[in-house]
Amino acid sequence: MNYRVNENGYYGDFGGAYIPEMLYPNIEQLKNEYLNIIAQPDFKAEYEDLLKNYVGRPSPLYLAKRLSEKYGAKIYLKREDLNHTGAHKINNTVGQIILAEKLGKKRIIAETGAGQHGVATATVCALKGLECVIYMGEVDIERQAPNVARMKMMGATVIPATSGSKTLKDATNEAMRDWINNPVDTHYIIGSVVGPHPYPEMVSLFQSIISEETKKQLIEQTGNDQPDYVLACVGGGSNAMGMFYHFLDDENVRLIAAEAAGLGVNSGHSAATSVLGKEGVLHGSRTLLMQTDDGQVVEPYSISAGLDYPGIGPQHAHLHKVKRVEYVNITDNEAMQASLLLSKLEGIIPAIESAHALAQLEKMTFKPDEVVVICLSGRGDKDLDTFMKYFKL
Amino acid sequence: MNRLQQLFEKKKNNILSIYFTAGYPEIGATLKIAEALEKAGADFLEIGFPYSDPLADGPIIQNSSQVAIENGMTLKLLFQQLKDLRAKVSIPVLLMGYANPMLQYGVANFCKAAADVGIDGVIVPDLPLYEYEEIYKNDFIDNGLSNVFLVTPQTSNERIKKIDGLSNGFIYLLSSSATTGKSLDVSDEIGAYYDRVKSLNLENPLIIGFGISDKNSFMRASKYANGAIVGSAFVKTIGDTKDYLSHIPEFIRKIRD
Repeated sequence: MNYRVNENGYYGDFGGAYIPEMLYPNIEQLKNEYLNIIAQPDFKAEYEDLLKNYVGRPSPLYLAKRLSEKYGAKIYLKREDLNHTGAHKINNTVGQIILAEKLGKKRIIAETGAGQHGVATATVCALKGLECVIYMGEVDIERQAPNVARMKMMGATVIPATSGSKTLKDATNEAMRDWINNPVDTHYIIGSVVGPHPYPEMVSLFQSIISEETKKQLIEQTGNDQPDYVLACVGGGSNAMGMFYHFLDDENVRLIAAEAAGLGVNSGHSAATSVLGKEGVLHGSRTLLMQTDDGQVVEPYSISAGLDYPGIGPQHAHLHKVKRVEYVNITDNEAMQASLLLSKLEGIIPAIESAHALAQLEKMTFKPDEVVVICLSGRGDKDLDTFMKYFKL
Repeated sequence: MNRLQQLFEKKKNNILSIYFTAGYPEIGATLKIAEALEKAGADFLEIGFPYSDPLADGPIIQNSSQVAIENGMTLKLLFQQLKDLRAKVSIPVLLMGYANPMLQYGVANFCKAAADVGIDGVIVPDLPLYEYEEIYKNDFIDNGLSNVFLVTPQTSNERIKKIDGLSNGFIYLLSSSATTGKSLDVSDEIGAYYDRVKSLNLENPLIIGFGISDKNSFMRASKYANGAIVGSAFVKTIGDTKDYLSHIPEFIRKIRD
């Protein structure tokens, strides 16, 4: 089975570039040049140097002993939460900022939901001295004030998206509109494995460092790079794609993606796209998305702003359809309890997003020597306000 | 030959097209506005079917789309409303909107329903050339619909020629790379772009859109092309007043005179 993108930008039935003509030259330039640029020795050297000395990679693969004891398996956490800026998002922004420079772009735009990708973008723009404009839903700006402040401290302009539902999908629309209106000097750093081809593939490549390191670390620690299970959470799906990337062809490794069920899959307040979504076009690619019978995009819900997206990346839609990855649903409460459990057992406060993957452990049974790898995609500092309210701390 | 192709046979200059969003400012407005625009002297019409995430549009058309959806507009309802279209309106009419609602309706069903009510063409800015050619072309052709593609100042000559070869109505020439509702770019660079497109001697007529709001911009665009399209400025006018139908004749007269 082929899980990779084909020459027309499709993963099976999903992907492509459903974009207005105004974006065509930019997308075409990116498509024609990015593979060549990222294969150059000077790109690789700079990318590797920044990942090591600026981001702090490799991120540890940590055998969580007390968690393992509780669930009766060997559970390893891939510690993306220890990256600079606190999540996996920076792997992608470091790659794209070097790429943008090589493409001769002077101005960077990005969308952000919870603010993690916005912060990771503002960070690399400060590093490179490039102008940075972040689009963020008006509602999210209110919910995520500390991240807005971080972006501003690093010199970014944060523009509220006031259209539609004023959240992540609208911030993405606004960023695309900005790109339409600034077609020559601007590069758009998309934060997830979504958008028109080649974005889903490019972002997965930059995130694939997660599984590349994991395999090496598994060999060092267990002598075998084939775990029994690999788990990650999915909103748009970038940490999951990075975590799954080098395991896709290892058919004996079971890959599990945890989506946000919100208040319950059928509650009307959910972001469980693999169950609730239908095939369609969102933000430039054919994928699964939550929509009405008339094709209007439905606003999703999750307690975790990073999973609060009405679609999934086209490669995820494909991996779901061909059943290479199992997509499961985790409610707000299950994720919150898993956050508390990891904090108490391991002294690690996870992002609520990542806790969706941890919560799946409750629903699985293991043999004692089975090896499980979970992508701990981000740290929970940004979620303290939510934790305080939820647990009345 | 559909009505659109007939129009371009007869008329070569100063062709005026008006865009408006179906179901805006009120759900029952669609046909009334179309009738009023024909009476006032528009040459052809583009009726927008609304989408929740219209990323090529500026604030005015975004807002009209959102209001139309809140008013209850759907493709299904729009085709019902358009059943009497040809009893009331004789000028060419196109549908314009985004790919996702059309895909949900089913492209073949959509094309057939459009042809059944007397629609002449379709403009779907985010339906790519590749997918149109490989998957959907026959649905449009079998139903006698002209599919219209956009061209921008950044579009290469080679691609414009390819677009010309796939078009059977007109080419929608964007006045700049921008979302809808901005003011017209009148720089020398843009003049050179129009001249570049003209020099390709294309098969299809050229109609300029985006940034056309009044007589000045319409006349300027008409110098370079066969005509022009007014969208946001019209949508704004009908959205500003309760008595929107009464403002239509004056809106058109001000552009024409």
